[in-house]
Amino acid sequence: MEAIFDIYFLEALVNGLLLAGVLALLALGLNLIFGVIDVVWICYAELVMCGMYGVYFLYTGGLPLILACVITILLIALLGFLLHYLVIQPVLDAEPVNQLLVTGGVLFFLQSLATLLFGIDFRNIGLRLPILEFQDMYFSFARVLAFAVALIGMIGLYLFLSKTYLGTAIRAIHQDREIMALMGVDAKKVYLLTSAIGGGLAGLAACLLVLQYDVHPAIGLTFGPITFMICVLGGLGNMIGGFIAAFIISEMIAVGGYFAAMEWGYVIAFIFFIVMMFIRPQGLLGKKR
Amino acid sequence: MISKFFAAVGLAILVYIPLSMLVGDYHLHLMIQILLWAAIYTGWAIMGRFGLVSLGHGAFMGIGAYTTVLLWNEFGISPLLGIPIAIVLAVLVAAIVAIPCFRFRIIGHYFALVTLALSEVVRLIIVALREHTGGSLGITPLRHADVSPLLSFQFSDKASFYFVALLFWVFTLLIWHLVDRSMARPAMMAIADDEDATASIGINVTWQKLRVTLISAALTAFGGALYGQYQMYINPDTVSGIAVSLQIVFAVVAGGMFVQFGPTVGALFTLMLAESLRVLIGNEYHGADTTIYGLMLILFIIYMPKGILGAILARFAPAKTAQFPDSKPGDAESSTAR
Repeated sequence: MEAIFDIYFLEALVNGLLLAGVLALLALGLNLIFGVIDVVWICYAELVMCGMYGVYFLYTGGLPLILACVITILLIALLGFLLHYLVIQPVLDAEPVNQLLVTGGVLFFLQSLATLLFGIDFRNIGLRLPILEFQDMYFSFARVLAFAVALIGMIGLYLFLSKTYLGTAIRAIHQDREIMALMGVDAKKVYLLTSAIGGGLAGLAACLLVLQYDVHPAIGLTFGPITFMICVLGGLGNMIGGFIAAFIISEMIAVGGYFAAMEWGYVIAFIFFIVMMFIRPQGLLGKKR
Repeated sequence: MISKFFAAVGLAILVYIPLSMLVGDYHLHLMIQILLWAAIYTGWAIMGRFGLVSLGHGAFMGIGAYTTVLLWNEFGISPLLGIPIAIVLAVLVAAIVAIPCFRFRIIGHYFALVTLALSEVVRLIIVALREHTGGSLGITPLRHADVSPLLSFQFSDKASFYFVALLFWVFTLLIWHLVDRSMARPAMMAIADDEDATASIGINVTWQKLRVTLISAALTAFGGALYGQYQMYINPDTVSGIAVSLQIVFAVVAGGMFVQFGPTVGALFTLMLAESLRVLIGNEYHGADTTIYGLMLILFIIYMPKGILGAILARFAPAKTAQFPDSKPGDAESSTAR
């Protein structure tokens, strides 16, 4: 029993909670796209990687951090827009699997392009954020910030979806794709807008991730799979479900990492995902498919 | 008849190549790579062409390669025995994941994501067991000078391994052919179109899907084991995980997953492309070849979803394709026409 109340264990738990914030933020944009356009952006984490490079170069190029972040978010939103316009739109009527694969091609492309342009070096933004200390436990400020921004982002997205006309249109498309065209909503425009917002959220996640992780071309592969798992686990298009799923998955990783090697935490999380898919394929909070 | 003649001539040429001494080690190495990957891609496409798009084949390849090498290094079990054990293990893992998948009707995106998780699980387990597997650094099968190459399955010359790869490739094509000729094909095509309707005419949907999945997993594990024995070095990123899974799927899509030689064309095309881009651009621009490769993949999937060979065959043999409609899953017209 003593071991359970170990201060390091508590620290691992809280750090897991903070990691959940980052993962939830990552899942937020993907969830929106998944829910509205019904396409899995396998390359979503690669957009985040692009964003991290964006912040890195703008910040080290002399811009203030906030400005660098804002520009990056806009750039990645544009990238999301272009991704849908150039790549997804032509295969929207093809088999779902082709849509999955084509974004996989984008993953390859972006990752290789980053290698070509920036090399395989690990780059650090070189900004030391303070470490918070609370009763002998240490937390990274960057993670606390990420957690807070993820919460704000989620609430902001919720308000956008529920209070604005465009948000209502997005939710309507999510509910019934065919009928909405008859109601005078241009699905094409809504898809493009959703992609841009999804891209913007990837940019936002990038701004927070670059504070805690070194950026390198393959960083997308570390976050990508876990982000899909969280989206599906939480129930597609269900933001709160995504947050809960992010929490569960990151606690598994953190606690697994506390008791054994980090990889075992991930192994448990992935196996949990596979089993949950069998038990609740619609996700934790999703409606029955 | 004519196709059999061509097959015999083609095979004779392929057998003659290493004996002729006309090709150097470099070209032989390329051909071995192409044959090995072509076989693995064919193994994937045996299930992939029925709409079972698995992103988990990296898992089976990793199990095949690592089990064989670990049995040899840790217990001294010859790959002759180790490879069958590895295949059985991969088939077991495939069954554990596939049975509930098919029972609970996990299809499409969801099937792809579950299998994606599987390939990550295997990669992470390999990394986590770093005391035995060497973790991310990879592992090399031990060489024993006193053991016969037949027992250790390690050949000093490329020509011997060339024949192993050739044999394996022909074997996978044969399996494809057998599946194609059996009742499994129409059953699987019906399942790809409509699972409920297929079940209603008395076809055991779960068993049909499971069977092709297990065959596919076994071939991929076999390929992974041979790959490890040929390269004499494996690491988690070259034989398992998402990267390998995607590589397999992409090459097959590029070549054409609905025709027998499509995966082979995919292997030929992707390896030749990567190799020529590498030679053309040189090594100083790291990533240039894969950038172009990625771009071409995107264009392929958008404009040539049937793949290179699929598109060629559709153009030059319209009469034949009309007779045997493409087994494109979800294509309602072709299934009702039959």
